[in-house]
Amino acid sequence: MGLHIKNGHLIDPANEVDSKADLFIENGQVVAIGNQPEGFNAETVIDAAGQIVCPGLVDLSARLREPGQEHKGTIESETRAAAAGGITTLCVPPDTDPIIDTPAISKLIRNRARIAGFANVVTLGALTHQLQGEHLAEMSELQTVGGCVGISNALNPVKNTLIMRRAMEYAASCGLTIFLHADDTGLSAGGCAHEGMISTRLGLAGIPESAETVAVARELMLIEQTGVRAHFCHLSSAHSIKMIARAQHDGLPVTMDVAAHQLHLTDMDIGFFNSQCHVLPPLRTQRDKDALSKAVAQGCISAICSDHQPHDADAKLAPFGETEPGISALETLLPLALRLLDDKLLSLSDLISRLTTQPAQILGLNLGHLGQGAKADICIFDPEQHWNVAPENMLSQGKNTPFIGWEMKGKVTHTLLNGQIVYQADKP
Amino acid sequence: MIRKDIQFDKKGRLRHFLTTEGISRPLITDILDYAENFASVVNKPVKKAPLLRGKTIANLFFEASTRTRTTFELAAKRLSADVININIQTSATKKGESLLDMLRNLEAMHTDMFIVRHMTSGAAHFIAEHVAPHISVINAGDGSHAHPTQAMLDMFTIRRHKPDFTALRVAIVGDIMHSRVARSQIHALNILGVPDVRVIGPHTLIPPHVENMGVHVFHQVEQGLRDADVIIMLRLQRERMQGALLPSEAEYFANYGLTPDKLALAKPDAIVMHPGPINRGVEIDSTVADGPQSVILEQVTNGLAVRMAIMAMVLGRTSDEEVAS
Repeated sequence: MGLHIKNGHLIDPANEVDSKADLFIENGQVVAIGNQPEGFNAETVIDAAGQIVCPGLVDLSARLREPGQEHKGTIESETRAAAAGGITTLCVPPDTDPIIDTPAISKLIRNRARIAGFANVVTLGALTHQLQGEHLAEMSELQTVGGCVGISNALNPVKNTLIMRRAMEYAASCGLTIFLHADDTGLSAGGCAHEGMISTRLGLAGIPESAETVAVARELMLIEQTGVRAHFCHLSSAHSIKMIARAQHDGLPVTMDVAAHQLHLTDMDIGFFNSQCHVLPPLRTQRDKDALSKAVAQGCISAICSDHQPHDADAKLAPFGETEPGISALETLLPLALRLLDDKLLSLSDLISRLTTQPAQILGLNLGHLGQGAKADICIFDPEQHWNVAPENMLSQGKNTPFIGWEMKGKVTHTLLNGQIVYQADKP
Repeated sequence: MIRKDIQFDKKGRLRHFLTTEGISRPLITDILDYAENFASVVNKPVKKAPLLRGKTIANLFFEASTRTRTTFELAAKRLSADVININIQTSATKKGESLLDMLRNLEAMHTDMFIVRHMTSGAAHFIAEHVAPHISVINAGDGSHAHPTQAMLDMFTIRRHKPDFTALRVAIVGDIMHSRVARSQIHALNILGVPDVRVIGPHTLIPPHVENMGVHVFHQVEQGLRDADVIIMLRLQRERMQGALLPSEAEYFANYGLTPDKLALAKPDAIVMHPGPINRGVEIDSTVADGPQSVILEQVTNGLAVRMAIMAMVLGRTSDEEVAS
C-alpha cells in the first residue's frame, strides 16, 4: 500500500536536507528517505525527476468564506484550490459568520474540511466576544474544546488598550499565541490606499503608515508587559518590520508574516483605480516592498502567507473605494514566493522553510517537515515550469487577483495529504 | 500594472474626458481654441449650434449639484442634443440596483454620452471602463479625484487674461486635500508649462507628497501669495469643521481668507478666481469677490463655452462630417 516518490530533489529545511533523495510513504507517514526499506511495496510511484519535493505549504491566513459567505467560496472549493497551490495546512481567522467565538463553529469548520479532504484546516478563535473588543471570548474553551491553535481579533483591532492588555494577559495564562492585525482604526478610518503620492494623485482616502506603526508600538509595549506569545499578521511597512525586528532582538516572543502580494506590488500598481489592488493593509511603496523582501531573506519575517480572500465578481465591480479589499491568493502563493529567488536574497531551502516549517512552528503544529515518521503532507513542484495566471484555470471560487496575465515560474504537480494524492496537475 | 489611458480611442482621439492628467498641451490648446468659437455663439441672438442634433446625453448625478448640472444641460441643449437628467440617490444604488445594472439600462435607451458626477474617486473611470463602445463619458467630478471640465474652464479664463502660461505664478488656496478641482487644475497648469504653481493651506488640508504633482507648498498665505498672477480660492466645505482639520471658520478666515490686504501682496494685475459657490467671509471677503480683480462670474460664463467644446469634440469623433458642414 506504499507510495514511492522517486528521483526528486528533496528539500526539508527542518532536517537540513537539500539533496536528491527518494521518499517512501506508508499509512500516511514518511517511512524512509533515500533507500527503499525492506518489504516496502510501492503501489504508486511518482516520478519527480527535475522536481522539488518539500513539505506541504502551511498558510497562516486564508479565508474560506464558509460559514457565512458561500457566494464567495466554500470550504470545499477553497481547500481544493489550496491543494492545487501545494498548500496542505490552512489557518482560518475567526471572522466567519457566525464568528469563531464558540467551540462549535471551530469544530464545524474543521469537520467540513475533514470531509472535503483536500487540506488540514486549523482555526484561530476570537479574542473578544463577537470580535467587538469589549468582553473576552472563552479562549480556554476555544482552545481545549474547539481545538483553536491561537486567538485573534481578526481585522477588528481592540481599541481599548486596557481590554487589549487583559486579553493578552489571559491568553498568556492559557498559553495561547495571539495573532495581531496592527491597525490604529482612528488613523486608518475611511482609507482605502496607502497615504502617499498615489492616494494624493487619485484623490483616494489614505491609510498612513502610522496606522500600522502606532498599533505595532502599542502592541509591543503590551507584549513586553504581559509576556504573551504574539504573532503580527500581514505587515506592510518597513518601519513596522524594523520595530518588531528590534523587539525580537531584545528577546520578545514575537514573530511576523507578510502576504505574498506585498512582496511584488506597490501602490503604483493601482494605476487608474485597479480595484484588484485594493487590499488591507494597503500596498505601500517600493521602499516598503524592498524592506519586506529583505526581512523575509534575513528571517525576521519568518513566514509568507497567502492572506487569501476570495470574492464574487461584484465585490470588485465598483469604484475603487467602494470595492471589497482582498486577493484570491492560494494558487499564486508558491510561485510569488519563488520570485524572491530571482534577486538571490536567500536560498530555496530558506524560502521553503518560510512556507512550511516556520509557519507550522508559529501555529505550534508538528507539521512542515519530512523526517522519518512525519505526516506525509507533501508538495511536489516543477521549479522551471512557466505558466500564466488565468481566471478560467483557477480552482478558487474567487477569481479576484491582480496577477491575471502574469507569467509565473514554478508549478505544483502533486500535492499529498496524509500520504494521499489530493492534487495532480495535468501533464503540460 | 498601469493600463493604457482609456480617455483616447484607437486613433488617439478623445473618447472620454475623465481627467486632465496625462493629456497633451496641444490637446488642451485645441479645446481652449475650440471653446473660443462657442464663446462667440453664446453671444449671438440665436444661441444654438446643430453639432449634436440627434444625440442623447444623460446627466448622471449621484451627488447633488445644481450649478454644474445646469451648465452641462445648457451646453448640451445649445449643441442641439437631447438631454435627460437623472439624479440618483446614493442609497438607491447601495441597496438594490448596482451601478452597472443602471448603466446597462441607460445604454439600452440609446444614449450617446454620460455626464457623471459621483462622490467616489474613480467613479468616472469605472463607468468609462464598463460602458458600451459607442458611449462617451465626461467626468463632472468624482470624489476628491478630478473635475476636468472645471479645470479647462479655469484655463480658458486664465488665458483670456494672461495669454502666456509659461510666465505665470498661480496660487491655489484652501482645502487642497479634498479638492478635485485643485487636482485637475494642477495637472493642467503643469501641462501648459506654468513654472510656479503654489498650493497654500494649513498642513491638515494639504495632501502628503503633493509636491510630486508639480507644486510648491506654502502654509503661510502671505508668503504664498507674493507676486502671484492668478489666485484661485477653493471652497471650504462646512463639514470640514466637524473633524480635527480646522478649529473654526473664523480662524480659517483670519489665516487664509482672501482680504484686500492679502490680495495686495499679489501682482497689481492679479486675477482672483473661485470655482463656486463662494462662502463669503469664510474663504473670501466680499469686497474681493465683487471687486475689480475678481473673474468669478466670467468663469461661470466661460464654463458654458468650454463644456460645449468638450462635448462637441468628444461626440464629434463619430460625426466629423457634420462639424465640417
